[in-house]
Amino acid sequence: MKEKQFPNPPRWAERFLSWYCRPELLEDLQGDLNEYFDRNVRSRGARKARFIYVLDVLKFFRLYTIRKPKLVDLFINFFMLSSYIKTSRRNIVRNKLFSAINIFGLGVSMSVGLLMIAMLVDVYSYDRFHENHDRIYRLISRLEQNGHANSTYFATSSLDAGTSLKDHVNGVKDVAILRNGLSADFEINEQIIPLSGFWAGESFFEVFSFDLLQGNPATVLKDPFQIVLTEYAANKLFGTSDALGKTLLRDENEYLVAGIMKDPPIFSHFKFEVLGSLSTLDILDRDNTDLMKWDNVYNTWTYVLLDEKISPDRVKTDLDQFSATKDKTVENTHVELGLQPLGDIMIGESMGNQIGPTLGSTVLRIFLALTIVLLLSACFNYTNLSVARALSRTKEVGIRKTIGAFKSQIIGQFITESVIISLLALVFSFGLFLLLRPHFMSMESSLQQLLSLRLSPVLILCFVCFAIVIGIGAGLVPAISFSKISAIVAFRKLMNSPRASGISLRKVLTVFQYSISIIAITATLIIFKQYKHFIHYDLGFSTENILNIQLQGNGTELLKNELNQLSEVQDISESMLLSGIGHYSGVTMVNPNDPLDSATVYFNTVDENYLPLHDHTFLAGGNFHPKLVDSVETEVVVNQQVLKRFNISGGDAASAVGQVVKVDGKQLAIVGVIADFEYGKANNQTGKEVVLLYEKEQANYLNVKIQSEDLPATYAKLEAIWKKLDPVHPFEAQFYNQQIQDGFKGMQASVKIGGFLSLLVICIASIGLLGMVVFTTELRIKEVSIRKVMGSSEASLLTLLSKGFLFLLLIAAVIAIPSTYLFFNNILLPQMPNSVPLQFPEMFLGSFAVLLLALLMIVSQTLKVARTNPAEVLNRE
Amino acid sequence: MKGTNLGEFEELVLLTIAALLEEAYSVAICDELEKTSGRSAKLGVVHAVLNRLEEKDMVESHLGEATKTRGGKRKRFYQVTNTGKEALIRSKEVRDELWSRIPQFTLKGI
Repeated sequence: MKEKQFPNPPRWAERFLSWYCRPELLEDLQGDLNEYFDRNVRSRGARKARFIYVLDVLKFFRLYTIRKPKLVDLFINFFMLSSYIKTSRRNIVRNKLFSAINIFGLGVSMSVGLLMIAMLVDVYSYDRFHENHDRIYRLISRLEQNGHANSTYFATSSLDAGTSLKDHVNGVKDVAILRNGLSADFEINEQIIPLSGFWAGESFFEVFSFDLLQGNPATVLKDPFQIVLTEYAANKLFGTSDALGKTLLRDENEYLVAGIMKDPPIFSHFKFEVLGSLSTLDILDRDNTDLMKWDNVYNTWTYVLLDEKISPDRVKTDLDQFSATKDKTVENTHVELGLQPLGDIMIGESMGNQIGPTLGSTVLRIFLALTIVLLLSACFNYTNLSVARALSRTKEVGIRKTIGAFKSQIIGQFITESVIISLLALVFSFGLFLLLRPHFMSMESSLQQLLSLRLSPVLILCFVCFAIVIGIGAGLVPAISFSKISAIVAFRKLMNSPRASGISLRKVLTVFQYSISIIAITATLIIFKQYKHFIHYDLGFSTENILNIQLQGNGTELLKNELNQLSEVQDISESMLLSGIGHYSGVTMVNPNDPLDSATVYFNTVDENYLPLHDHTFLAGGNFHPKLVDSVETEVVVNQQVLKRFNISGGDAASAVGQVVKVDGKQLAIVGVIADFEYGKANNQTGKEVVLLYEKEQANYLNVKIQSEDLPATYAKLEAIWKKLDPVHPFEAQFYNQQIQDGFKGMQASVKIGGFLSLLVICIASIGLLGMVVFTTELRIKEVSIRKVMGSSEASLLTLLSKGFLFLLLIAAVIAIPSTYLFFNNILLPQMPNSVPLQFPEMFLGSFAVLLLALLMIVSQTLKVARTNPAEVLNRE
Repeated sequence: MKGTNLGEFEELVLLTIAALLEEAYSVAICDELEKTSGRSAKLGVVHAVLNRLEEKDMVESHLGEATKTRGGKRKRFYQVTNTGKEALIRSKEVRDELWSRIPQFTLKGI
């Protein structure tokens, strides 16, 4: 025995040692460690000695010291499985209410989990079909001008970098270049068919593993004016996929079909119908001096295939050198180059100029976090209810132990039960998953292009594993706490055990669930309020009943004449882009007071009808004077911010009119000053200084003001006119207000997801609470009866029974509401310009509803118990 | 079985056991090794070697009496078996044989 005054080694380490160590080695090892421990205590002090002891215990965890698992034990557990399953079935059937609550709760939350898994499986299978997918990187770039660096990378890089990379950087095996601008109308036998695609470098098929059905992968994209069609495009053009060697026209140039390839799979991060040889650009863009400029980083995507066994970090240092030498070709500019692994493109950080839609890590993370919270909440329900049912189960465990069950067998029994429940829940949730899937996919139009969520054997396997994990997770805590009950205690303390065991845990879990519910519903309401605010935001001009038609390259005059025939059309204007929905275009403007100071201002080119049609407010001056097409530009309309920025006439609108300013190298007179309006998006601060330029017949959009009782019919009339004039392109027109709403689609989607998930969280918390209330009130039914006999009133019984729960709900509200408020008020909303401040209704309405629901449940259940006839209850004894 | 060859450290441990006579148990072996060879011998390493030597039948062990010092745990004493002795002698012979062939061996020029 050890002397009392002497410090002891940590107990858990001792236990761990005796757990893993072979019995025949154990005593000697323990002795040795003790001896060393004593020595260390004397020489280095108790704390250090304990630390060394723990280290030694871990160090002794070796192959020769580990206890071999006993085969017999495994066999027994295996044979017992059928018994476990049988008992579990009986238990599930006996407690129908609790089983139903558990299966429903787990099932509901697991359906979201299944959605999440299907989504993750989809996202991680992106670009995996490329043979060398782990060696392909995308060249990304970041511009730094005059020492001012962009905060994010572009997914694009300069064509110059792409073409000369292979010669200057070691470890680069091959480079595939994609450049935009090929998408256009292709002509075949007088028929016009629009196709989308990229210019591609000749090594495209060396780097990527797309299936080339016809043609030689090494040469299909080599010579100018060669194209590769996908099967889909070939069928569209020629009605057959056997189109090799045929020619077609694009912009009066003849192209040869040099290859036919399979359509790019859905899990390719870029999609196309046609590829054109990059060498064509050498001829087409012969006069374009900007094409090969080092800082022209906007239109080319470069994919790099690295040599085997070279680390991207090594290549990065080479890249830095490469860009340092190239930087000298342009003034005051540094282009930072980087490599992004192919697998990161779908889920990586957000970048400008993506080649196609991406999911982004933020969305994925938020969704993942919400799902985990939901699953945890459902698992807590299970844990809570199981622990609460301890009374009936304690007796069972006691008997099992008396008969001779080991701890592990008790755990096995309870885990089996929870796994069976979660498998039943899986069946339920799978049905829900099938039901939810189409709704989820239709929430955002881009999701349909990004994900398939198709069932596959792998996915089903994932689902089953997921259910088993959830089952084990939910059942572990109750299983362990039950297995600890010793047989004697189980019988002796029969009456008070349910109240004594785990009461604090249960309280904490309930509070947690309700806090989460309140936070979820409040957050959703707040975002909904912001969304409503933004789509009805006063942009500074009118958008009512305006239909914006995309011209898609058509001339304006003909269409305008036709449209003006309609009585519903009030007015028509032309514009280059649309304000208020997130379009931006910049132009350089020189400060008239200081010729050395020039800055980028945002602009839109419009015709003389634009400003009156959109009800812009003139502070001084007036509208553009109508002019003929192709006449010299002389006039400009500016907003107040421009006056402020360049300090034109001290910001005074009236005297600014008539002044001449230099915009985009042209001398223009200010004819009008308009009030500030939202050029970009209501929740974005970019685009404050705006100039409007005058230009006719160059517009991208027609803005048609419509006065009509029956908008769909009018829309159909307009569409008919469009079809007549341009049979090739589909009619692309939308009402302005709808476009503004679409601009906040992300917000709308988060309201939808948030609303749905908070509904689920509340649902789960509620049924969990219901179970708890039913159980605890039933436990106290005898007590209630006796109180009633003694003369207690129903009201006082009601308070007695529900007091505890109400207190928990109150705590949950006290935790949840301030934390939500602080989060939104101090962190999120300050990042969102023009947001509405938080107000009373959205802060408290949600929690009020949740609490009311909970109250309803508590009262209904306790009332039932309080109203029972005491004679009946006491009779049972 | 890996054969009867002795590793360098195994040989050292085996010799130490032989040298310690009746007092050869893990901690004592460790201490003795540190004292004679001057390099630190980790308990874990020594344990592993003892375990291996026992597997090779070069040592045998028995548990001693319980004492107060080790938290009431008994010591495991080791003794070199005949196989072990043979292996030791053989490795000494190999060394002696090689030594005897070297005519003169001085620390010249170092």
